[in-house]
Amino acid sequence: MTATEEIQSAADQRISDEVLMSVRNIRLSFGGVKALRDVSFDIAKGEIRAIIGPNGAGKTSMLNVINGVYHPQEGTIFYKGKTGLMKPHEAATKGISRTFQNLALFRGMTTLDNIMTGRNMKIKRNFLWQALRWGPAQREESENREAVERVIGFLEIESIRKTPVGRLPYGLQKRVELGRALAAEPELLLLDEPMSGMNVEEKEDMCRFILDVNDEFGTTICLIEHDMSVVMDISDRVVVLDYGSKIADDTPNEVRANQAVIDAYLGVSH
Amino acid sequence: MFVLEVFISGLLSGVMYSLVALGFVLIFKASGVFNFAQGAMVLLAALTFVRFIEMGIPLWLAAIMTFGVMIVLAIFIERFLLRPLVNQPLITLFMLTIGLNYFLEGLAQAVWDAEVHGLDIGIEDVPWVGLEQATGLLISMFDVISALIAMGLVIILSIVFNKTKVGRALRAVSNDHQAAMSVGIPLNRIWVIVWAMSGLVALVAGALWGTRLGVQFSLSIVALKALPVLILGGFNSIMGAIVAGLIIGASEKLGEVFLGPYVGGGIESFFPYVLAMMVLFWRPQGLFGDVIIERV
Ligand SMILES: Nc1ncnc2c1ncn2[C@@H]1O[C@H](COP(=O)(O)OP(=O)(O)O)[C@@H](O)[C@H]1O
Ligand SMILES: [Mg+2]
Repeated sequence: MTATEEIQSAADQRISDEVLMSVRNIRLSFGGVKALRDVSFDIAKGEIRAIIGPNGAGKTSMLNVINGVYHPQEGTIFYKGKTGLMKPHEAATKGISRTFQNLALFRGMTTLDNIMTGRNMKIKRNFLWQALRWGPAQREESENREAVERVIGFLEIESIRKTPVGRLPYGLQKRVELGRALAAEPELLLLDEPMSGMNVEEKEDMCRFILDVNDEFGTTICLIEHDMSVVMDISDRVVVLDYGSKIADDTPNEVRANQAVIDAYLGVSH
Repeated sequence: MFVLEVFISGLLSGVMYSLVALGFVLIFKASGVFNFAQGAMVLLAALTFVRFIEMGIPLWLAAIMTFGVMIVLAIFIERFLLRPLVNQPLITLFMLTIGLNYFLEGLAQAVWDAEVHGLDIGIEDVPWVGLEQATGLLISMFDVISALIAMGLVIILSIVFNKTKVGRALRAVSNDHQAAMSVGIPLNRIWVIVWAMSGLVALVAGALWGTRLGVQFSLSIVALKALPVLILGGFNSIMGAIVAGLIIGASEKLGEVFLGPYVGGGIESFFPYVLAMMVLFWRPQGLFGDVIIERV
């Protein structure tokens, strides 16, 4: 077996045939701006799916449609075979976690508290019992603390556990935000430009974390990037958006060779 | 001895300021807006409470029923005012609370009436005899008990907001709406909870002040006493509201006694603002408020 074939067969084992999410004929516009024009694709369980495209192509809008921030004017989304419009907090309860392009951290809180917030849905006990420090509520609290510590260990951020996140450098803030999404133990993880604004070293770290999450926990990942080169190495399949339309949907190698994609990135007029 | 008396009674009335300020802080933390209608909520709660009592309903039941009314109000405010205006600029929301203020004032007086109602919650406004005999200090029993009630509520609220899931959710919401929703926090439910809580605060404040002053229209202005407390303590700090309430309560009484004679009295009405202004120059975010770092 050649190296590529080896990677390919590893990928085949990881990715099942099962479709986790299917996006069908999505149209979304803001007033006159058509952000998404009839976009369809699906995400297989266990894969790393990338959405790439130039700035303003509609990538963030697509992610926002997936987790219910926007409800499209037309089109359907099937998640685990079921359809229906979700609100963001409902998406979270159904196992969809995300990060944001422009960082949305709880800036006044520490790293630990930020990541703890990611466990929000795992906390079942009534607040009265928590306030009274009742046994089972206490036990639940310590289980959640352990889960948070695992995430902190995994992302190698032990040293900033008690630091208010507003004081951290940008790259670390992005890592904390990933931690908060991971704390929810999601089935589908949505990452909006997880490597933007990072230096080379931080980008490599982030790539490693994304691959490890996918590998160790089997988490399905859908990530956005506008810098094509970064994601090509880590994704299984790539959707390319340009001016709100899907112009390609293939493996990284095929996409790299696709003339329409090259044109889009070089800014060839349509 | 006299100074100590003034100081203590100042602290006791300060607890009430803390309580009312907390009502503002809760809503400010959850939705980033200064709730101009807080005073009208105090009026509505007090008026509802006193009219239930006048119907012959026992005190405890009347309190529960009034809290029920405040919860219903919270649900209505969320459903018909906050939800449609989500993502609008904060100034729009602020204008909305001004409208809400007049609406509630009108509603309270239309459903009930605009008379002055005496309210008796069973605590007499007499000196605390035991304390007077033991120490010679002349402190009103009513001040002590109402301060204890207010303190109890303040403690319960701080526990809820520091130690529970709801509290963590509220802190998350106050930091970032998008992020809060993305971790599964239903913004709408948090808003209802927060408005209901500040309705409870309004009820307790309204009942205690109403006993003192009679339940009447001016109760809605009393809530503005909380404004200097908020400036001093910081709009988004629960701890700040508590400490600043005490500082203002004590210092306005002491100011009245020591500086009052030189300026012809009446210091109480503006002294808190002067104090708050001075703090603004030194710490624009208030004593305990979060530091606001503008990104440019
Ligand atoms: N909330 C919004 N209101 C109005 N226009 C928007 C909004 N969000 C996105 N857009 C517009 O939709 C288009 C796609 O934006 P976006 O999804 O952010 O692109 P990308 O993430 O690929 O850079 C852009 O033209 C953008 O200006
Ligand atoms: Mg984007």
